[in-house]
Amino acid sequence: MSERCAVIGIGQTVAKSKREDVSIAGLVREAALMAVEDAGLTFADIDAVVIGKAPDMFEGVMMPELYLASALGAVGKPLMRVHTAGSVGGSTAIVAAHLVASGIHNRVLTVAFEKQSDSDAMWALSVPQPFSSPLLAGAGGYFAPIIRAYMHRSGAPRDIGMKVAVKDRLHALKNPYAHLHLPDISLKMVEDSMMLWDPLHYLESCPSSDGAAAMVIGSERAVAQAESDTGRRPAWIHGMAMRSEPTSFAGRDQVNPQAGRDCAADLYRQAGISDPRADFDMAEVYVPFSWYEPMWLENLGFCAEGDGWKLTDAGATSLIGGGDIPWNCSGGVLSSNPIGASGMLRFLETALQIRGLAGEHQVPDARRALGQAYGGGSQFFSMWVVSVDKP
Amino acid sequence: MDGAWALYEAWVLLQEGEIDAALVYSFGRSSPGNLSEILALQLDPYYMAPLWPDPTSLAALQAQAMIDAGLATEADFAAVAARARRSALGNPKAQVAYDRSPEDLLTEEYEVAPLRRHALPPLTDGCAAIVLAAGDRAYEWCERPAFITGIDHRTEAHAIGARDLTHSPSTKLAGEKAGVARSGVDVAELHAPFAHQELILVDALGLGPDVDLSPSGGALAANPMMSAGLIRIGEAARVIWSGRADRTVAHATSGPCLQQNLVCVLEGV
Repeated sequence: MSERCAVIGIGQTVAKSKREDVSIAGLVREAALMAVEDAGLTFADIDAVVIGKAPDMFEGVMMPELYLASALGAVGKPLMRVHTAGSVGGSTAIVAAHLVASGIHNRVLTVAFEKQSDSDAMWALSVPQPFSSPLLAGAGGYFAPIIRAYMHRSGAPRDIGMKVAVKDRLHALKNPYAHLHLPDISLKMVEDSMMLWDPLHYLESCPSSDGAAAMVIGSERAVAQAESDTGRRPAWIHGMAMRSEPTSFAGRDQVNPQAGRDCAADLYRQAGISDPRADFDMAEVYVPFSWYEPMWLENLGFCAEGDGWKLTDAGATSLIGGGDIPWNCSGGVLSSNPIGASGMLRFLETALQIRGLAGEHQVPDARRALGQAYGGGSQFFSMWVVSVDKP
Repeated sequence: MDGAWALYEAWVLLQEGEIDAALVYSFGRSSPGNLSEILALQLDPYYMAPLWPDPTSLAALQAQAMIDAGLATEADFAAVAARARRSALGNPKAQVAYDRSPEDLLTEEYEVAPLRRHALPPLTDGCAAIVLAAGDRAYEWCERPAFITGIDHRTEAHAIGARDLTHSPSTKLAGEKAGVARSGVDVAELHAPFAHQELILVDALGLGPDVDLSPSGGALAANPMMSAGLIRIGEAARVIWSGRADRTVAHATSGPCLQQNLVCVLEGV
């Protein structure tokens, strides 16, 4: 990165099953205005807008950046749209940050959303694509066999996924923006919930949410201004990376995808990370189905291959349990899943922690955090590192 | 968004020094579906899309607004189409090319008044790819590279009623930011899917009568969705490689009635 840049404004809507009080534009504008005001700005101060969401099939609005231009205050400005399936929220933030890191713009607004109540994700993810084998089972049906392969490979006990499901829902109880608040959550409650796609129970799956997320990313000059105007510190970006690979090819390791490992290696090189478990104070990682926590612990190099489940089992990733590397303190995707925004929420939550604004789910003295999002058939990855320290 | 915006994104990373070469590609395959219905879905989902306005009807409203404002006539639209299809005769990749007089074209029936068949783009399957390289790498790979010396894009409001359809302020602003007027322009490749839109773009970019307009035939000769804009950049680069031009402008558009526009200035050194 050539120019220093940081998150200076954050906005998110409360995630809910149905936001019947707002249109898509109203939902997106709510998060965008919050972010702009958090940075002590108005839309007039924004140089460019970058928007992301999951595939257009979801709500059936093609190229929604056209319709949303006015709601985002983008008229007369550059407006970009990013597409990378479930990882899109993260990729969108990265595209926005590069507009600042390249020295082209001073302040960029980035926004991501999904209004799942206006859509049918299960249908949209099951429509046959040309030249691909049909899925016909939504995301859970696609990922369950990969999870079973992980269990077989690692010898993990069957209750690991349920432990993640409980842990993330306990975290969500401390996050007022989370969709699911389940005060009675327990291993028994997860185990007693309906089996959807073996080994995934209903409560090991993400909810279907309406929600939007937004951030303002600023240059060093914009950071100084925001800090003096608002008294809130920035979250400096120390590295960002994206990688992708095809859905299927001979020899592909879908449990521990090469693209994810390559993405992490590039990111850690930029940010000077040698031991992720020790170097990060927390991480927000895209875990839409419980078992993806141990799988991504390994893919992201927090432990040796095959050992991810042991960290989860020992409570290392639990904020409430006092683990050394809390993951998804916000409750994660398991507690709120406005799909297009879910990746950005991971990135946004790391910035919230670094700025010390996470409230009840704040990791004490969080100085460096990892945000990760993945999408498609575990094939699109986006990641960033944010820190209290200026790079 | 057209692939031209993907090229912009690659250009950002090149500017930053993150990378020094990039492959940009985009494709559009309109033949298997019903493009008119699909494009209606890019409109405001609450107030416009339920009316299913097709892109030709929206473009016709824009053309009629030009006639009503005294800015152009149907004969002007026919003149644009006749020139574009004649130019396309020299483009082996063109889908629609012919040598017919504007008077002859004006005998066609209306598709949606005031637009006759000649003023409409064809339905196209197509794909384009562009290789970008920074600095010295460009000279390693190309004898006479076309350097991007300015690129910018801007959007307008979505609601048709909130815009003056006879002008393109977003193209004008993008052109100013990209520095179109800093020096003379030899060739302009304009992404004008409907004939009358070329007149709006020429005005917005301040192009004089000596500028060679869309010698490839433009989007009237072939209009692959999501690629016709990227192709304009490729065509504007190609005339620099060949030495036919020193400074060119490429334009790409997205959305109904030229809602969003990108302008790219290319120069041979």
